[in-house]
Amino acid sequence: MYKIHPMTLLENKSAATPAPREITTKPRVSDKIFRGVVTSFGMSALVILTLIGGFLAVRGIQTFHSQGWSFLTSYKWDVTVDDAGVTTNHLGVGAMLIGTVLVSIVALVVGVPLSIAMALFLTFYAPARLKTILVSIVDLMAAFPSVLFGLWGFFVLMPMATYWAKLIFKYLSWIPIFNAPEPFFERSPFIAGLVLAIMIIPIVTSVSREVFAQTPLDRIQAAYALGATKWGMIKAVVFPFGSSGVVGGAMLGLGRAFGETVAVYTVLNIVFAPNWHVLFGSGGNIASLIILKWGEATGDETTALLAAGFILFVMTLVVNMFANFIVRQTLKSGK
Amino acid sequence: MTMTQVKPQRPWKATPREITTSFGVVASAAAISYLLVLLTGLKGKIGFILSFIIIATILQVAVGVRKFGRKALGDNIAASLIYVGAALVFLPVFSILYMAVAKGAAGLHPSLFTETMFNASFLDPIDKGGLLHALVGTMYLIIIAMIISVPMGILTALYLTEIKGPAAGFIQFIVQAMSGVPSVVAGLFIFTSVILITPLKTSAATGALALAILMIPTVTRTSQEVLLLVPHDLREAGLALGATQWKTVATIVVPAARNGLITATILGIARIAGETAPLIFTIGGADKLNLNPFKDYQSALPFYVWKGLTLGTPESLQRAWTGILILLILVLTLFVAARTLGGKKMGK
Repeated sequence: MYKIHPMTLLENKSAATPAPREITTKPRVSDKIFRGVVTSFGMSALVILTLIGGFLAVRGIQTFHSQGWSFLTSYKWDVTVDDAGVTTNHLGVGAMLIGTVLVSIVALVVGVPLSIAMALFLTFYAPARLKTILVSIVDLMAAFPSVLFGLWGFFVLMPMATYWAKLIFKYLSWIPIFNAPEPFFERSPFIAGLVLAIMIIPIVTSVSREVFAQTPLDRIQAAYALGATKWGMIKAVVFPFGSSGVVGGAMLGLGRAFGETVAVYTVLNIVFAPNWHVLFGSGGNIASLIILKWGEATGDETTALLAAGFILFVMTLVVNMFANFIVRQTLKSGK
Repeated sequence: MTMTQVKPQRPWKATPREITTSFGVVASAAAISYLLVLLTGLKGKIGFILSFIIIATILQVAVGVRKFGRKALGDNIAASLIYVGAALVFLPVFSILYMAVAKGAAGLHPSLFTETMFNASFLDPIDKGGLLHALVGTMYLIIIAMIISVPMGILTALYLTEIKGPAAGFIQFIVQAMSGVPSVVAGLFIFTSVILITPLKTSAATGALALAILMIPTVTRTSQEVLLLVPHDLREAGLALGATQWKTVATIVVPAARNGLITATILGIARIAGETAPLIFTIGGADKLNLNPFKDYQSALPFYVWKGLTLGTPESLQRAWTGILILLILVLTLFVAARTLGGKKMGK
């Protein structure tokens, strides 16, 4: 801070014009430190993500060396110790990959339409006061511990959903996917998918709601002015504008569904065999495989579980990045 | 001249007649579906709910079509489907909350908060032993995870909003990708990168590291939203008064966003408080009180619930339900705190 005494001003008048002050945007030392610290912390997310990928990939490569491609395609997960004490491993996550996809598809098929209905309801149908309460409830749902979903899914949903599965089997078993080799409907991918559907609803709903809320108001009002009903307006304006955002939201939900561990482990009957029948009580998912085998695993098996973790990491990362890209594109176009 | 008070008109408000009609629709649909359940082969709650939904939709559509003509057909069908969809979402939420309270409350007793499982087994009746060790463990986990991830999260948010460096767009993308990292992967990562390699072994600290990975993106994204809400005038005013950027951020921007940043922290805690999967690899799961966060196995509330759940006897399940109720109360409290703080006006 400079304080200019009035006398100096008077004196300066008579003196020669002072040299023009240099005007720069040279940052102070404090700013340099500040910017340096903040920037380096800003990079921390990148560093952590790279480290996660790196550490798990190193383990993954070991497993690929010993198991080859059969790690991805084989359905077996056998560790045998023969009489001489030599351990042979046949480790493959093929069945778990199929299970992961199957369970996640069920979750999307059930969860996404409900989320869209919910998002439309919150954006266009609900009265303002009700809306704030309902939005809070949906957000709260996202904060429920996953082990709670597991407990509830096992003890409350399962008895009901088994009955629904029997009904579907009775009337729709001519559709291949609803068939079952044996009438065993408990702990099926169908039920696990229902639990997952409830778990992904908050994220899909909030992304869809965000996108729907970005719909340009003038287009909405134009539709109403042309005499459209509310549904007519939604069909003509909101869906064309927001559909790719909803797809992105659904993919974010898919990423969640891929990685969900505890709830799926609790509800699903994990079997090392490929199963495409949603109603049949046999399935799996990579995340639940990891905690199923973790307690007893040693040596190569532990490494293989870390490799499975790497596969899961890559799967969710790809899906998530793609989803975020789509959502961002949609939100940008509304501005 | 007499003044006539003009009453405000609200043409969008439902007239008494409309209200009666919609009540009539719901009531008659309920009555018809009740009769259907009584008289025909349809059975149980599902039969009732399904037929109620179908009949209510048909009646609603019929009323609408009678009033507005054919154009209302699609509109009414869509509206009732959307209402039904929204209702179906809330059904499980209330069921979950109800079950947690109903089943969990049965096991609540005071010694739960004063005793550990050191002298008791999960298979004992619920009045033996308690979950003090799990509460302490969860507290340690939350505090350490907070110490790591709050500065990281807020500084990352500052990078994205204040510095807006050349990599800002990319970092934003990475933070979003990081928020999708499965919790089980975070646990595995800490296991391979810390527990296997460094002298820090399975303890509360390793568990907290895994949780911090999940917490950072939540804190970052919420803080970022809040920092973006700080009016730009404030920053410019600070700079115009001759403050450096560091001074502006430290004395103007961050204090203005203080409540929001606390909200971000609380939401981050709520995100990790209930995580179970990463703890399976990183805290070991003790049955006794462990006050040292850097050494020896530790327990946590979600882990306690998990243990009760996997053992699967009636007694251990009772422990699981009670544990989940306490965990849920913790999460709910955090959530309400975040909402109240977040709802306050900025800078107050």
